[in-house]
Amino acid sequence: MKGTYMLATGILAVSLVLCGYGCRSHGVKIGGPGGLQEIPVGDFSSLTGDTATFGTSTHNGLALAIEQANAAGGVKNLPIKLYTEDDQSMPDVARTVVTKLITEDHVIAVVGEVASTRSLAAAPICQQYKIPMITPASTNPAVTQKGDYIFRTCFTDDFQAAVMAHFAHDQGYKRVAVFKDIRNDYSIGIAKIFEAEFTKLGGTITGEQTYQEGDTDFKAQLNTLKGQNPDAVLIPGYYSEVGTIARQAREIGLNVPLLGCDGWDSPKLIQAAGNALNGCYFSDHYFSKDIKDPAMQKFFADYKAKYGYTPDALAALGFDAGNLLVDALKRAKSLTPSDLRDALATTKDFPGITGKITIDANRNARKAAIIMKIVGEKKVLYKVYTPEEIDQ
Amino acid sequence: MRIFIQQLIFGIQLGSLYALIALGYTMVYGVLSLINFAHGDVYMVGAYIGFYACTYWLPFQRLSADPHATVMNIILAVVVLLLSMLLCGVLGVVIERFAYRPLRNGLGITDAHFWGFAIALPVAFHFHLFHRLSDGAGRFLFGIMWFLLIGMIVGYALRPVIRWISLRTVLSPSRLNALITAIGVSLLLENGGWLVFGPNPEFIGTMVPEKNFKILGGVIINSSQLAILVISLLLMLILRHIVLYTRTGKAMRAISHDIDAAKMMGINTDQVISVTFAIGGALAGAGGMMVGVLTHVQITPLFGLLPGIKAFVAAVIGGPGNIPGAVLGGIIMGVAEAFVGGSSFSTYRDAIAFTILIIILLVRPAGLLGRNVTEKV
Repeated sequence: MKGTYMLATGILAVSLVLCGYGCRSHGVKIGGPGGLQEIPVGDFSSLTGDTATFGTSTHNGLALAIEQANAAGGVKNLPIKLYTEDDQSMPDVARTVVTKLITEDHVIAVVGEVASTRSLAAAPICQQYKIPMITPASTNPAVTQKGDYIFRTCFTDDFQAAVMAHFAHDQGYKRVAVFKDIRNDYSIGIAKIFEAEFTKLGGTITGEQTYQEGDTDFKAQLNTLKGQNPDAVLIPGYYSEVGTIARQAREIGLNVPLLGCDGWDSPKLIQAAGNALNGCYFSDHYFSKDIKDPAMQKFFADYKAKYGYTPDALAALGFDAGNLLVDALKRAKSLTPSDLRDALATTKDFPGITGKITIDANRNARKAAIIMKIVGEKKVLYKVYTPEEIDQ
Repeated sequence: MRIFIQQLIFGIQLGSLYALIALGYTMVYGVLSLINFAHGDVYMVGAYIGFYACTYWLPFQRLSADPHATVMNIILAVVVLLLSMLLCGVLGVVIERFAYRPLRNGLGITDAHFWGFAIALPVAFHFHLFHRLSDGAGRFLFGIMWFLLIGMIVGYALRPVIRWISLRTVLSPSRLNALITAIGVSLLLENGGWLVFGPNPEFIGTMVPEKNFKILGGVIINSSQLAILVISLLLMLILRHIVLYTRTGKAMRAISHDIDAAKMMGINTDQVISVTFAIGGALAGAGGMMVGVLTHVQITPLFGLLPGIKAFVAAVIGGPGNIPGAVLGGIIMGVAEAFVGGSSFSTYRDAIAFTILIIILLVRPAGLLGRNVTEKV
């Protein structure tokens, strides 16, 4: 017994040496303030964890924008250096990494987060250190209310929920049920506005059920919703649960269209749902391969060339946030956070690929939304709603 | 009425899964009076084995109209189930051998090697030796080999230390020590899961065809739910047979009655305890695999946390150490969750499940089917 064990140790050692497989050397990160050799910009994204595809997309879009800006000569003859941190889809980690970006990497601006919960965690820190923060895709209204250094380059949940209410009305749905994530600010916010708006338009909310992020069995709630005979069910959640919910809805014979919002926008949605989402709709940012705009088509080509796959709307939002930041850096009187803040606040009619961006007094952007339809296992552009149409 | 029957069916199906996990808790409690908190994480490993087997290891075909492919996939799914049960059974035995047994019997020389591996783990992690399975089987294997080598060398170095300790310690078997160790093993499996499987949630696509059956005027039963229910029941019947009609089962019951007396009667208690952990692990593995493959939920390294706690509650409701009690407790938990989940109080469904536990423990402190045993002090 002892002999075999020794032998095994020996064989293992010899074989590993023969294979010549050593530890990979990890590149040492060179950072720090170091004068003005470069413009340090921070980026915190959910590169791993529950909503990994969100952060990966915005990060890729942002990195592409910075790369293109540097290739065109940078800003004020300085290259932009992007410091990226992964927040693992957790608000606590987001708080930690943003503090690190500001205090250790000395960034002069922070771009970040898709999930409103994580942006809400990071915003007070950026406000405290007076570092401008741009959220490319957090739609909860409360995010930019955290202070005058927090900006948003997408529409808000209030708008998105109103769009879905109008859409449901236009589709002729009279009775809609709501199934929301009780632990998610984004989900609760949309459900509330949708219910108010849809009732105002003459529709009926047949009932409301709740689930929690991480749940795996939704059949009990879905069965109750089915008993209310709705024309459609609104599920303002994230793709990580929606796929499972859709499958279980079809399993119990709830076959009405499901409606969602931009939290559905992920390549993993279809993988999780199979064909259970056929014929469902969700609102999204103004971005689709079907929109024949040269800037958008160029972005599609550039992104595909760099990363090897087709971008989603969140990638485009990350790209726009990056370009808006570059534009503001160019317009800023000096490269200090407070001058950059003033430049961002005065952004007017910036030509982003997801629509013209004008930052209003509340530091939000007003942009059009689209409705995507899921046909089989593909997402296609179905309808466009502009802010003017919703205001009427 | 239709909704009522439908919720009842969901509840029983969910409950049968809780029962499957609860059986592992209750059997271990029966023989060792130990709450094995790592059990829920064995369930998680079962789901991951299902994921890797379905996605990478076995040649599943895309479902199409071809009946041949469908039959092949169903056969492969059964293979995955057995594989999951086997590996999780082994995992259960390994946990018992290296975490719980040294607390009962004291440290032996082989334990030096276990601690060698335990020390090698953070070392290998520090030097970035580990790779995820998704980085490629080759790189993953190399990482494991480096880890084994370091572990073996450290193990040799530790042997004199362990001998020195084992000669000087007086063994005081304490339930509290074992309980804290169980929590430690649970944390190890969860955080080791982030390391080996990666933190991104995984989904298993449709591997076996699904069909909805309509019965009793509108009540719908899905073929996957039916499969989960039938397989769970079958496994429980097999377990019943093992416990009641085999020599090992008899030995288990003897140990659960009085471990010292059993030892004196010549029963190899360590071996029987190993078998208990193997059976418990296999049942949890089967549960995890079925949930992952047949219900398409997202799998994360914390996948076993909540089901584990609920199954533990189920075991306590039924009376810890009591096998029919665990099944009853599981069904009660599942049905309660389904009915509360379908009512307008769906937000409180976990809270209500735990309230049931408190009420039952107030009325029957030993659980529904448990017997009150007076312990001599």
